[in-house]
Amino acid sequence: MKSIEEIMAIRDKMKAQISNRDNADDSTETRIVVGLATCGIAAGAVPVFNAFVEEVQKRNLENVRVVRSGCLGMCKLEPMVEVFVPGEEKVTYVYITPDKVKKIMDDHIEKGKVCSEFLIQEA
Amino acid sequence: MYKSTILVCGGTGCHSNKSDLIFDKFQEQIKKHGIEDDVLVVMTGCFGLCATGPVVIVYPEGAFYNGMTVDDVIEVVEEHLIKGRIVQRLLHEDAKSKKIIKALSDTEFYQKQTRVALRNCGVINPEDIDEYIGKDGYQALIKVLTEMKPEEVIEIVKASGLRGRGGGGFPTGLKWQFTYNAPGNDKVVCCNADEGDPGAFMDRSILEGDPHAVIEAMAIAAYAIDARKGYIYVRAEYPIAVSRLGIAIKQAKEYGLLGKNILNTGFDFDLEIRLGAGAFVCGEETALMASIEGRRGEPRPRPPFPATKGLFGKPTLLNNVETYANIPQIILNGPEWFGSMGTETSKGTKVFALGGKIVNTGLVEIPMGTPLREIVENIGGGIPNGKKFKAAQTGGPSGGCIPASLLDVPIDYENLAKIGSIVGSGGLIIMDEDNCMVDIAKFFLDFTKDESCGKCTPCRIGTKRLLEYLEKITKGNATMQDLDEMEALCYYIKDNSLCGLGQTAPNPVLSTLKYFRDEYIEHVQNKRCPAGVCKDLLHYVITDKCTGCTLCARKCPVNAITGTVKEKHVIDQDKCIKCGVCFDSCRFSAIEKQ
Repeated sequence: MKSIEEIMAIRDKMKAQISNRDNADDSTETRIVVGLATCGIAAGAVPVFNAFVEEVQKRNLENVRVVRSGCLGMCKLEPMVEVFVPGEEKVTYVYITPDKVKKIMDDHIEKGKVCSEFLIQEA
Repeated sequence: MYKSTILVCGGTGCHSNKSDLIFDKFQEQIKKHGIEDDVLVVMTGCFGLCATGPVVIVYPEGAFYNGMTVDDVIEVVEEHLIKGRIVQRLLHEDAKSKKIIKALSDTEFYQKQTRVALRNCGVINPEDIDEYIGKDGYQALIKVLTEMKPEEVIEIVKASGLRGRGGGGFPTGLKWQFTYNAPGNDKVVCCNADEGDPGAFMDRSILEGDPHAVIEAMAIAAYAIDARKGYIYVRAEYPIAVSRLGIAIKQAKEYGLLGKNILNTGFDFDLEIRLGAGAFVCGEETALMASIEGRRGEPRPRPPFPATKGLFGKPTLLNNVETYANIPQIILNGPEWFGSMGTETSKGTKVFALGGKIVNTGLVEIPMGTPLREIVENIGGGIPNGKKFKAAQTGGPSGGCIPASLLDVPIDYENLAKIGSIVGSGGLIIMDEDNCMVDIAKFFLDFTKDESCGKCTPCRIGTKRLLEYLEKITKGNATMQDLDEMEALCYYIKDNSLCGLGQTAPNPVLSTLKYFRDEYIEHVQNKRCPAGVCKDLLHYVITDKCTGCTLCARKCPVNAITGTVKEKHVIDQDKCIKCGVCFDSCRFSAIEKQ
């Protein structure tokens, strides 16, 4: 026998687990795409991907989805992460490590400020 | 925290294609690669696109894999889950655009749908109450028990405009009001899950994919009409639905969402499953109740209506599975939200089971008022093999057919009634130019004749006689007078039968007579079946295209074909059993049906 409070707690806990099952609606959703091809994995993209998933779930962001993608073609810049915010141009971050994830989440995803230090630096 | 979720369809269609083995294989492979903490495998209910099963969806990408086999699992795990590369060859190919589709939500089949009753089917694990709660499950029940009076609940259902989804289309709120008004404090809530219409399987899919939605709605209904006891009458032919419903009831009881003093609000409600043996007549409300009571499943005259004197003589609220599945959403989102979908008199959405000569066989949920053309051509993906659409049968054996000329009629209760059909429980069988309409009518009459319970004479004898007329026509022995007599008999059965089974049984005959009378006349006057279906009117003839390859002669099971090598062969019409083997095997299209 559960109380109403316990049912509510189950709901909040399960929401996070189920949230990644909705089919993407590109028009309203922010997508964080992590390149997880062989090149990305070799460069350490798996912990980056995991860090994004954990941050998004921790912050309870319903409209943000972390997605894998394949090789983006610039293997030397891996791990690469692309952020798609609806209505804005996509942003490509390069050489991302798990400790940079928090900053992207704080500045870009939550406050809408692009982290220019992680962008491609043209030689 | 799971990084990926794999949804494996566990509906009846995919299950019979061994999706349970695919589920096991995924778990085995995930364990083997040591990623069980990252990947969650879930067995869900029906996704709807049954034609392409077994179906698997991998999130967060939403990759929609179809036609999966146990062997494909290894590739999906190693490529997709480990390396992050979607397995292109297993993705879905859109029937219409021929494009490879990555996500299920990108298919035309899905984009045109609005999922209310089916919203959790194929999304959650139906055997895990927590997942249902995570999708706002039981929130409507909590709201009703803690914030609302029974009268307010009934007002909301009334205001929503929801009508019975089992076929009749009676306003659900009124039904609740009548049962609420009935004197006595020992009332019963009942759910009709005796889906008998051949080709319809939406109720089964809801019970398999989202059983808690029905349980929650029944508890809400019980609160609204002041009942303490509920029954779900489901046919034993639905073993997966019965088993998941049983698990769901058990979990709801453990959580205190069923039973005594629900959520400490002082409200008691207990729910029981009753199995039916699969008789069509038991979908009729009075027969259904007789069957629950342990008597023979036969209807009785009404009044008294179940709302005043139903199960065990108590006032009873009886609704269909799909009707209930809408209730929690109406409570949570409000009647205005529900009323914003559909047409003036038919609110909300309706689930249709799409079958027959259509590319995307499966379950679709669309707003009421969607034209049939949209369902057939866009959602359904059109008719396979480039054939022409001929008619759609709605409402199964109780309904009628809609010809191609009426394809643009918006589907709702009133419009379908106007053209001589019914919404019914939502079976939608598509027929192409190869279907003989007399044969279709014969098929349904053969069904209703078998399923007639025999209690009243017009139905018991009438359906048998009606079938005999149809057989006479398909054998080429009928006269024009027979056609007139048959039509008169139809109206006699409709007017005099005791229950809905008999009252609607002639509908397939009447509607095919209305829209395809020329086909009947062709059978009667020219002894010809234009679609080439009715065997007795059919002759296979070898034309001059025959090269004398002898293949048909060798294939013929009754040795009716003779001829020498490299010369035209001949079929002995007396010996021919019209099995069609020669027609199918000829490589030169030299055999014609006449």
